[in-house]
Amino acid sequence: MQETNEKTAAMIEHLAAVNKILEKYNCDESKLIPILQEVQEEYKYLSKDVISYVATSLDIPPAKVYGVATFYAHFALEPKGKYVFKLCDGTACHVKKSHSILHALYDRLGLSDDKQTTDDLMFTVETVSCLGACGLAPVMLVNEDVYGQVKPEEAVAIIDDILAKAAAAE
Amino acid sequence: MSNKILSDIKAKYDEVVNNSVERRITLCAGTGCVANGALEVRDALVKELEKAGQKAVIELDYEDNHDHGDEKLNYVSKSGCQGFCQMGPLVKIQPGNIIYTKVKVEDVREIVESTIVNDDVVERLVYENPATGKKSVTEEEIDFYNRQTRVVLENSTIEPDSIEEYISKGGYKGIENALEMTSMEVCEEVLASGMRGRGGGGFPTGLKWKFTLASQNDKKYVICNGDEGDPGAFMDRSVLEGNPHSVIEGMMIAAKAIEADEGYVYVRAEYPLAVKRMNRAVADAERIGLLGDDILGTGFSFKLHVMEGAGAFVCGEETALIASIEGKRGMPMPKPPFPAQSGLWGKPTVINNVETLASIPGILRDGAAKYKAIGTEKSPGTKTFALTGHVANTGLIEVPFGTTLREIVYEIGGGVTNNAGEITGEDFKSVQIGGPSGGCLTPEMLDMPLDFDSLQEVGAMVGSGGLVVMNNETCMIQVARFFMQFTQNESCGKCVPCREGTKQMLALLDDIIAGEATADTLELLEQTAHAVKAGSLCGLGKTAPNPVLSTLKYFKNEYDAHVFDKSCPANECKALAKPEIIADKCKGCTACKRVCPVNAIEGEVKVAHTIDAEKCIKCGACKEKCKFDAIVGV
Ligand SMILES: Cc1cc2nc3c(=O)[nH]c(=O)nc-3n(C[C@H](O)[C@H](O)[C@H](O)COP(=O)(O)O)c2cc1C
Ligand code: SF4
Ligand code: FES
Repeated sequence: MQETNEKTAAMIEHLAAVNKILEKYNCDESKLIPILQEVQEEYKYLSKDVISYVATSLDIPPAKVYGVATFYAHFALEPKGKYVFKLCDGTACHVKKSHSILHALYDRLGLSDDKQTTDDLMFTVETVSCLGACGLAPVMLVNEDVYGQVKPEEAVAIIDDILAKAAAAE
Repeated sequence: MSNKILSDIKAKYDEVVNNSVERRITLCAGTGCVANGALEVRDALVKELEKAGQKAVIELDYEDNHDHGDEKLNYVSKSGCQGFCQMGPLVKIQPGNIIYTKVKVEDVREIVESTIVNDDVVERLVYENPATGKKSVTEEEIDFYNRQTRVVLENSTIEPDSIEEYISKGGYKGIENALEMTSMEVCEEVLASGMRGRGGGGFPTGLKWKFTLASQNDKKYVICNGDEGDPGAFMDRSVLEGNPHSVIEGMMIAAKAIEADEGYVYVRAEYPLAVKRMNRAVADAERIGLLGDDILGTGFSFKLHVMEGAGAFVCGEETALIASIEGKRGMPMPKPPFPAQSGLWGKPTVINNVETLASIPGILRDGAAKYKAIGTEKSPGTKTFALTGHVANTGLIEVPFGTTLREIVYEIGGGVTNNAGEITGEDFKSVQIGGPSGGCLTPEMLDMPLDFDSLQEVGAMVGSGGLVVMNNETCMIQVARFFMQFTQNESCGKCVPCREGTKQMLALLDDIIAGEATADTLELLEQTAHAVKAGSLCGLGKTAPNPVLSTLKYFKNEYDAHVFDKSCPANECKALAKPEIIADKCKGCTACKRVCPVNAIEGEVKVAHTIDAEKCIKCGACKEKCKFDAIVGV
């Protein structure tokens, strides 16, 4: 009994941030997208628990929330790495050979189109369709930072740098 | 008559600038330049200026009484994208109109010492035309700029976070005029300008507004479509980031025209800076009383919300966008009913593109006739394009409709580059226009005037305005495949022909690329393309086959080479490439021979090696090891 209580307490604490967001939007069902956006910003991804919680609070079936969450590319249903590399594969970047950067990153981290996050949840490598900085193609985003006119070696060097810093910190 | 609130703000702005600003230093701070460190350069400039005993500010203070004797300010402001992204960060210094390119924090001290203190130009930071070697100190001398006509981008150097500066440049004059007209008169004025929507379709804006005005309802909405889904286009982003008030003003005028009192700006999820600047602009407009109830004391009310998209290309389609604002999956709906009759929450709604809306204030300020004087008879005005790909000057440009591709690619763009980035004068192959809904233009079309109708005739479209230049080293089948992959990913899945047809087409293109295609493949590809076009509900499906159809039409020989000769003329398709060691480049170091897992490479030390194409599995290991770039086709 003690244990379940602790679990529930932890759960309530875990969901406190969701409550705040739901309150901000008055539990308005039509604000589902901004609600999910803010929830994702808080937890980095939308877990099963969080989705059911949002659905119950808005008084709509979880399937509807899933439907919306899976429709939009921006929502992640799986946890992502601490460093998310978003490589642009828009037209401008594509003709400037962005795929060679993608493969250099995949090779360095042992990732592929089917497995985009490292097991230690350190790195995620994914493509996006255009970051809107096409004049600087090829373009890459590492978390919030934009890198323009990237070369494969430079992209790999960013990973090496992060790893070296992490090792030094230990 | 001029409204007192606006004229007071303008007077105050002019007073502050005239009395206290000695020098204006403008940092381009669009997404591209911010990525290259523009904001760090700005902070360094302020520091160095202060070290040199000068006063520097990044925001003007309107509360100050400006009695500082002779001490004058350096106003270090930022601007939206000035278009020349690849040369950024750009620093513009006035008076003098000097432009420095690719400025780094390390350059700042020299700029302050030479240019600010001693009035000298820092030669090494001046733009040099890569084609001619000509150096240009001021913007007027740079070909990239002086061949353009800037209407929408007219105010691209103002501080986007300053409503005061926008007003001082004649901003909100358009809505002021509109508020003295009837709704019908506003519609008529826009109709008379000949303005056609920039969201792709080219529908006359005035007409769309008239239809919505005619829909009787006590609630109506205006939506700004800032979803900009075309990968390789960033005009709308630049306008939202660089001149958000022009979009707000355009929306207010639209609201007046259709009698709406509420609006939404829907911005793509990938554009955080645009969202930030737009939110700031809305807050400033509310503060001054330009948004809210009883605007400028005229009884007109307008409330504006900013909403961030969540990453779905199909949400650029108007009915899908409306569903998305309503919190649903962004799936298109059959039309009719059109949004003009039943849009957001079932109410009459006008939905316009960012650039369309940003063009409106000028029409109401200066009149339809002035607007119509630019461009062509049927496509008046200017169009912004994102010029990218294999061209010397990439960036954001604005030209009148009717400008030829040659002027854009060679005069503004500075010519086509090869994969090594050199201008050879012989590399032009094609320009892709209109993104996933558009088509490819050929060298024969270089002198065709670009407008809505001429492009439609050759199977392309203005679309959102992405112009991707491609050189001879680009395989057109790969280009078609790229767009097919894109539309296949983005199909919302509602219609079978779109969902399954795009998959089929992608598979057929993959066969061609893999060298496994026959004449039947080509026939099936074309049939499927027509079936997808005919059987799809929304514009995404209806236009998804365009890149394939257009390359089939203009680059048929390239398809034939892949299918019948099993060769890729551009040498891009790996499966069709013939592995080869270029004898002239090979030094006979044996590195490749040692790494080849299937022993396909033969040769003696210090003698050029050869690859046995039969044995080669194209793993690329040898190419990676070769220090002399001697190996091709693996
Ligand atoms: C698949 C698809 C994507 C679209 N994407 C956009 C877009 O990103 N931006 C835009 O303004 N219009 C887009 N449109 C066109 C809109 O549906 C709509 O026609 C347009 O916003 C109307 O604005 P306008 O009259 O100012 O051109 C898209 C249409 C389709 C079918
Ligand atoms: S045509 Fe394609 S994208 Fe458009 S509604 Fe049908 S399935 Fe969805
Ligand atoms: S295509 Fe890569 S940023 Fe636009």
